[in-house]
Amino acid sequence: MKHTLSILVNNHPGVMSHVSGLFTRRGYNIDSIAVGVTDNVDVSSMTIVLNGDDFIVGQVKNQLLKLPDVLRVQDMAYASSVQRELVLISFSISETNRSEALTICNGFDVKILEMTEDSLLIEFSGNSRQVSNIISVLKPFGIREISRTGQIAIAYRNQNAV
Amino acid sequence: MSSTTEAITGGRLMVELLEEAGVEIVFGYPGGAILPFYDELYHSKKIKHILVRHEQGAIHMAEGYARSTGKLGVCIATSGPGATNLITGLTDAKLDSIPILAITGQVATDAIGTDAFQEADIFGITIPITKYNALIKKADDLSRHFEEAIKIAMGGRPGPVLLDFPKDVQLEKTTVRKASALKIAPHHYERPKVKGDPQEFADALNQAKRPLLYVGGGAINSFASAEIKALAEKANAPVTTTLMGLGAFPGTHPLSVGMLGMHGTAYANKAVLECDYILNLGARFDDRVAKYQDFAPNAVRAHVDIDAAEFNKRVNVDHILHGDLKDAIREILPFVKGGDRTSWIENIQNLKKNHPLDFDNSGDSIKPQDFLQKVYAKTKGEAIVSTDVGQHQMWAAQYYLFDKPNTWLTSGGLGTMGYGLPAAIGAKFGNPDKTVICVTGDGSFQMCIQELATIAQSQLGVKILLFNNNFLGMVRQWQELFYEERFSESQWTYNPNFVKLADAYGIPAMRIEHKSEIEKGVEFFLKDNGSALIEVMIPAEEKVFPMIPAGKSQQDLIEFKDLGKLKK
Ligand SMILES: Cc1ncc(C[n+]2csc(CCOP(=O)(O)OP(=O)(O)O)c2C)c(N)n1
Repeated sequence: MKHTLSILVNNHPGVMSHVSGLFTRRGYNIDSIAVGVTDNVDVSSMTIVLNGDDFIVGQVKNQLLKLPDVLRVQDMAYASSVQRELVLISFSISETNRSEALTICNGFDVKILEMTEDSLLIEFSGNSRQVSNIISVLKPFGIREISRTGQIAIAYRNQNAV
Repeated sequence: MSSTTEAITGGRLMVELLEEAGVEIVFGYPGGAILPFYDELYHSKKIKHILVRHEQGAIHMAEGYARSTGKLGVCIATSGPGATNLITGLTDAKLDSIPILAITGQVATDAIGTDAFQEADIFGITIPITKYNALIKKADDLSRHFEEAIKIAMGGRPGPVLLDFPKDVQLEKTTVRKASALKIAPHHYERPKVKGDPQEFADALNQAKRPLLYVGGGAINSFASAEIKALAEKANAPVTTTLMGLGAFPGTHPLSVGMLGMHGTAYANKAVLECDYILNLGARFDDRVAKYQDFAPNAVRAHVDIDAAEFNKRVNVDHILHGDLKDAIREILPFVKGGDRTSWIENIQNLKKNHPLDFDNSGDSIKPQDFLQKVYAKTKGEAIVSTDVGQHQMWAAQYYLFDKPNTWLTSGGLGTMGYGLPAAIGAKFGNPDKTVICVTGDGSFQMCIQELATIAQSQLGVKILLFNNNFLGMVRQWQELFYEERFSESQWTYNPNFVKLADAYGIPAMRIEHKSEIEKGVEFFLKDNGSALIEVMIPAEEKVFPMIPAGKSQQDLIEFKDLGKLKK
C-alpha cells in the first residue's frame, strides 16, 4: 500500500542522507521524495512516498523520530490531504496532430511553456494518478523528455471536510 | 555569548569543553589533520591521553572504559585513514548502545570535497553507524555541536556520536564558549517521563503463575540493578539475562537462571517455553534470543524500554511501558504483590538440576570451562571480564558468574573480534584497583594484538587469558556440526609463539597444556595486580553447549548430553 509521509526536518547538509539512509538500510523503496524549505529557513519539508504495509511504515516512522534532525512525521491519509506533483513534458508534434495535441492540453488544464514547429513543452500539476494519466495520453505523440518533481502533500485543516 | 571573553582557538575550546564535561581520559592517535587539537591537548592538566597503536584499539578502549564506569568514552583520530579505522568500533557501540564521543580531524574546510590528502567523508560514512554526527564548519558552532553530541551520546538509549573537526576550524578563533540554544529537541536527551500504566503492568505480573524476568543491556545503561533485584524478590520471579545484561542481576542469586539465547543455559531457555508471563526489561528481543514471533509462546508479554522504536519491532507484546528502566520499575514496584510461586520456583530448580551446564572433564587436557571456573573461584567473582568473540566468549559468559553490573564487557550486537584486549585496557584505566581479565582466543587476539604495547607503555595490570585451540574455534564448531567437518580456512597453520611475544612487550607470560598445571597457571596468572598472559592450550574439538542452531528456536536447544543427536 502506498503511504505518503510528510516530514519536517532541520535544514542543513546531511539530513537528506540521514533520512534516505533509513530507507535504504531496511531495503524499503522510496517511490518519490520531494524536499523544499518552509517559511522558516531553518526548516525543510520532505514528502516521501513509499510502498509498504502498516508495520513497515510504523517502523519507518519510529526510526525517523529518533533522528535529532527530524522535527515531525505525519502519515498523510489520502482522503484528508492534498497531494500534488508537477511534471514538465516535452513531446513531438507534427502538422497533422498539432490541433489534437492542443485540444488535449486544453482539456487537461495544461500550461504550454513553449511551442515549436515540431514540439510542445508543457507544465502540468495534479495528483500522481493524474500525472501518470497525462503522460500516457501524450505518449503516442512521442515523448522527448519528462521531469517530475515527486509528490508533495499537505493535510487539510478540517479533517472532516472530505 | 559574552563578548568580553577572550577569543580562543577551536582546538583550545574543544579541550576546555572536554574538561568541563568531566572527561578525564581520552584514547587516540594523532595525525596532520588533528595536530592543532593535539597541540592544545598537550597543555591540559586534567585530561590524560592514551596513545594507542591502532585507532580501532582507541575506540574499543573508550567502549571498555564507558561500559565499566558508566561514563562517556572519548576517542580521537586524525582524518582519512585514522577516522575510517574507527568504523568497526562505532558500529559496535551503536549496536550495544555505548556512549562514545569520537573526535576526528578533517582536512581544512576549503579542501573538503576535493579528494584532498587524507580526506574521507567521515560524516557521510558514519551516518548509519552513529546516533548523531556533525561536521563542525565554524569555531563559533563548536560549543553547540559539542553539547548536542554529548547529550545525545548519554541521553535516552546511549550510543556513539562523532564530531568531524576540520583543521582550519581547530585554528579559528571564537568567543562562543557556550551554546546559546541547541538545535535539537529536548526529548532527544532529556530523561523521558514513564509512559504507560504501571498498575496494569503490575497486575499482569501479579496474575501470572509462572513469571519470568528477561533482562537486557538497557538495565546496565539505566543503572537499574537494585530495582531489578527488588522487583524479582518482591514478585518472587526468576530472572534470566541476555548476553548484554549479565551482571545486571546477580548470577549467584537463587532466582537467577543465567543467560538466555543461542548459548544460554538450558534452564533459561526452557523457562521461556514454560513461563506464562515474560517481562522484558531493557532487552530488544534480539534474534540470538527470540527467533520468532512465537517467542515465549505460552506467555503474556510485557516490555519496558527507553527506545519506543523497540516496541513490537521483532516480537509483539501485550503491555508496554516506555521510559527509563530504573524509573519504570520504581513506578511498577508499589503495585507488585508477592504471590505464591512455590511450584514454579520448584520447577525451575528441577530444570536447573536436570539440565545443568555441562562438559566432559575427563582426560588430561585442560577444559576451558574448568579453567574459567577456577579463575572465577580465585577472583571470588570480583573481576571485570572482557572477551573477544567466539567460543571463549560464550564459555566466559556461562562459567564466570557476574554479580555486579558494569563488570562484563563483550561485543554482543556486532560480535567484534578484536574488541576484548582494548576493552580490557579501557576498563583498567577506569578501574585501576580492580582485577581486569581479557578472555580471548588465538584468532581474536591477533586482531588488536598491537595494543599489548599500550599495556606495556602504561605499565597496566591487564590480565590476558588466551585459550589457544589453534583454530577459529567457533567457526570450527559450526563447520563440524553443520558443514560435515569441512574445516575451510578455520585452522591456523601459523600462530606466533604467544609467550615470547608477550615477553617482547615485557608482559609476564606462561603456557600450560596439561590439567596438572592448572593450579600453577591460575596462581601465576592472578598473583598480583600486574599484567600477565596465560596461554591455555585447549582441545580443538571442545564445543560450546547448550546451543540453539542458527535459525531455530528454544524448542530445538541442544545440550551437551544430546551431542549425538546433532551428528545424526
Ligand atoms: C572481525 C570479525 N571477523 C570474523 C568474525 C567471525 N567469527 C566469529 S567467531 C570466530 C572465531 C573466533 O576464533 P577465536 O578468536 O580463536 O576464538 P574461539 O572461538 O576459538 O574461542 C570468527 C572468525 C567475527 N566475529 N569478527
